[in-house]
Amino acid sequence: MTEAPPSEAPLVEIRKLRVDFPNPAGFTQAVRGISFSLGREKLGIVGESGSGKSVTGRALMRLLPGSARVQAEALRFDGIDVLAASERQMRALRGGRIGLIMQDPKYSLNPVMTVGRQIAEAWLAHNKGGRKEAREAALSLLEQVRIRDPLRVLDSYPHEISGGMGQRVMIAMMLAPNPDMLIADEPTSALDASVQAEILKLIEELVSARGMGLMLISHDLPLVSRFCDRVVVMYAGQVMEELPARDLHRARHAYTRGLLDCMPSLSAPRPRLPTLTRDPAWLEPQR
Amino acid sequence: MIEVERLNVHFGHNQVVHDVSFHVAPGETFGLVGESGSGKSTVLRTIAGLVPGWDGGLAVDGKALGPKRDRAFFKSVQMVFQDPYGSLHPRQTVDRILAEPLAVHGIADAESRITRALEEVALPRVARFRYPHQLSGGQRQRVAIARALIADPSVLLLDEPTSALDVSVQAEVLNLLADLRQARQLTCILVSHNLAVIGHLCGRLAVMQGGRIVEILRQEQLRDGTAQHAHTRELIALSHELEG
Ligand SMILES: Nc1ncnc2c1ncn2[C@@H]1O[C@H](COP(=O)(O)OP(=O)(O)OP(=O)(O)O)[C@@H](O)[C@H]1O
Ligand SMILES: Nc1ncnc2c1ncn2[C@@H]1O[C@H](COP(=O)(O)OP(=O)(O)OP(=O)(O)O)[C@@H](O)[C@H]1O
Ligand SMILES: [Mg+2]
Ligand SMILES: [Mg+2]
Repeated sequence: MTEAPPSEAPLVEIRKLRVDFPNPAGFTQAVRGISFSLGREKLGIVGESGSGKSVTGRALMRLLPGSARVQAEALRFDGIDVLAASERQMRALRGGRIGLIMQDPKYSLNPVMTVGRQIAEAWLAHNKGGRKEAREAALSLLEQVRIRDPLRVLDSYPHEISGGMGQRVMIAMMLAPNPDMLIADEPTSALDASVQAEILKLIEELVSARGMGLMLISHDLPLVSRFCDRVVVMYAGQVMEELPARDLHRARHAYTRGLLDCMPSLSAPRPRLPTLTRDPAWLEPQR
Repeated sequence: MIEVERLNVHFGHNQVVHDVSFHVAPGETFGLVGESGSGKSTVLRTIAGLVPGWDGGLAVDGKALGPKRDRAFFKSVQMVFQDPYGSLHPRQTVDRILAEPLAVHGIADAESRITRALEEVALPRVARFRYPHQLSGGQRQRVAIARALIADPSVLLLDEPTSALDVSVQAEVLNLLADLRQARQLTCILVSHNLAVIGHLCGRLAVMQGGRIVEILRQEQLRDGTAQHAHTRELIALSHELEG
């Protein structure tokens, strides 16, 4: 018998995270005591709309509005206590060590700055070099995310590119500073199937090659099961189950099963899609 | 109901839609699929009157469309955008957002219509007095659909209406769209990159690539192996692969 090696501290540690938003009648409990950790691996977070996936990701980056009440026994990134860190420490994490690829590119791209300049600035903030190198790096990043016409896109404004191109630009921008971790919040839901697969393969390659951690937030269960190592299934601010991604199709929880069943299928079309019958027991505090 | 004839669209010197033609019959749901940047949204936005630089023929309900659209057009043709963030006014509550089209088109009984619209898209009552930023992505898209439906349009242009939604709400919205087009005789054009979604709702669809339609086919052809164009076959293969 050999001694177990000292367990490496996880990149992300979340224990009993709660997030409440004030409303006129009291508080909306967006996240209700969830716990999970993330190493240099690919973790998928699935669950229906409003289940608290994005709020969880944003809490980790301390990007929630000041009105939000965030409590946790532990909320750490690489040992840094996110709830206690200084604003300066947080700025170094955001857009530096942690890249956030958002659900909606138009929302996070600056509308009055060309795409090329935005990527170049992200690169300059964390790399040594001049304007010329930055522009070259931006061009290379656009090529890496497989923009077909990178020179034109470099000088385009965000409203001049399609939704899918905007999403790829966001990914290029987030990769510019060489982050340790990516939080990808619905990174490909605006992309066509072929680009979606390409982008996720790209993210997967980059994550493995650079030894990054990935938190992939998505409502697309087949996609998550294909690209992640582990999956956390959320409902109404709680974790319903956690399982290896490749076993997703064998999920036991009725909620997860319901989600799998209500997708339209190309090979087996049905006139009507089954919808989810929500069991009140799922709202009870889990374990 | 909708006729698109040899449509070309330019942004400055850049032509992004080339010679696109298709017809949509009353009550039909027609699909548009194709890779990112292939021009799907541009075709839809041009029909909706949101893009200035086009030539070719466009007609809705037998009336040829010019560069300017009248108020009747905007009542009968409604669009739901890909992007539920940009399309909702950030400083208006859901209540205001839904009341506005009713005011614009002089429709009475706002109270009951708003309540019904929220129910139709399965939004909780408390959502009515929230602002868009206080809703999740999926909740926002449901507001956008409710707004499009509230003035009883006859044509609905849907640009990736469910791509920001989780699968359970997607199923509800797809069922909802199926019911509504039946009940209200809606004619729809549905843009999506998800072939299973298109196959579920559309009797016919066009496949776009590089601003052109490469193939128009019937829904059954997605399954019976008679799709002709290489790009269509590629999309079908990918969709099957993901279904596993
Ligand atoms: N700024 C806010 N103020 C008040 N409530 C909020 C705010 N942001 C989010 N919420 C609420 O918190 C809950 C969780 O939202 P969240 O955005 O995390 O959902 P999600 O799981 O990411 O959903 P989706 O798949 O639709 O993006 C929702 O009920 C939402 O309305
Ligand atoms: N306002 C604009 N100004 C200049 N170019 C534009 C504008 N809007 C779109 N384009 C260009 O037109 C082409 C088609 O874009 P469109 O948004 O129609 O694609 P799409 O098929 O909807 O793609 P996606 O699936 O990514 O949404 C792209 O090359 C895009 O850069
Ligand atoms: Mg979200
Ligand atoms: Mg589009």
